[in-house]
Amino acid sequence: MARFASLVDSLGGTPLVGLPSLSPTPDVRLWAKLEDHNPTGSIKDRAAIAMVEAAEKEGRLQPGSTILEPTSGNTGISLAMVARQRGYRLICVMPENTSIERRQLLEMYGAQIISSPAAGGSNQAVAVAKRLAGENPEWVMLYQYGNPANAEAHYTGTGPEILADLPSITHFVAGLGTTGTLMGVGRFLRERKPGVQVIAAEPRYGELVYGLRNIDEGFIPELYDPELLDGRFSVGPDDAVHRTRQLVEREGIFAGISTGAILHAALGIADKEVAAGRKADICFIVCDGGWKYLSTGAYAGTLDEATAALEGQLWA
Amino acid sequence: MAIEVRIPTILRTHTGGNKTVSGSGATLGALVDDIDSQHPGIKGRLVTDEGKLHRFVNVYVNDEDVRFTGALDTELKDGDSVTILPAVAGG
Repeated sequence: MARFASLVDSLGGTPLVGLPSLSPTPDVRLWAKLEDHNPTGSIKDRAAIAMVEAAEKEGRLQPGSTILEPTSGNTGISLAMVARQRGYRLICVMPENTSIERRQLLEMYGAQIISSPAAGGSNQAVAVAKRLAGENPEWVMLYQYGNPANAEAHYTGTGPEILADLPSITHFVAGLGTTGTLMGVGRFLRERKPGVQVIAAEPRYGELVYGLRNIDEGFIPELYDPELLDGRFSVGPDDAVHRTRQLVEREGIFAGISTGAILHAALGIADKEVAAGRKADICFIVCDGGWKYLSTGAYAGTLDEATAALEGQLWA
Repeated sequence: MAIEVRIPTILRTHTGGNKTVSGSGATLGALVDDIDSQHPGIKGRLVTDEGKLHRFVNVYVNDEDVRFTGALDTELKDGDSVTILPAVAGG
């Protein structure tokens, strides 16, 4: 059944597609979970809709409520869409070094944007949002970094979908941002198929983003439980851009740059499995399409030019 | 044995502003001791009094987070690359 009462109702049920060209051997296969097929085109629709519905159930949100959220983009876009459908006002606190497309989409959906400083990346957006929430107690901060409904959306949605489509899964690879995807899918797989390796790929940004004044300004999402992971890899913009381009050239999948970082980690695992002579079915997440990142320069010119253009930007 | 260590901006006060330093050690813990002998005080920013990595410090050996490879006991070999970063938010 592909008919739905509304856009929000069409959430999830995304395709899992094989990568016949990038998979190294017939025994070690890569599978892409196309989360760009969600209502606003990213995996964050799952968390955003789940957080709004949980807050409605708890009575924290009523028509006319104001939602406040720190977000580097996709969660804000998802929230803006559902907020407009349901009559909530949305204020996003967003680092100023995010792409223009994300800002334009948020404004088109009627969200208000408060910019936080580029230095310190999303840490600063979180800090500003927490301060604003304290000053405006009537606003509802859904807080994707610590809201259990975020991980729960992946525990009840993404995880079961993957296992149903790929019962032979051996590895799951996703991006580490709020940690919601990895925590939710990870916990589901631990319970239902304990041998599966759960691997995180985190973007390594330019120095500006790590420009904290001291180490104690560091940030670990409250949702994060390292016990649910088997490994965690840091991927720089050069590898992320290279893989993003490979994905479109070899498989026809036009994805955002964070997906390139995830694919890079997945291919590293694939190589190890080939070397060890094991069979593997490696599922990784395509977080969103490349549309919102065209202005970053990641898709034009040489790899060096594209990598240089991403310096200082929050590209994932 | 030479291992390159990438130093984040906020720790460069210990390295005379250098972005990378070179050190040696069979494990990450030994490497940290070695770079601390060249750049006094840096160990205290990375490792707690209990001998564990600071909560907000992430260390990667060849891009893999050492908390999943044995933390300070992670074994090193010549030519490995070590990156130190503060924990920042995504999303």
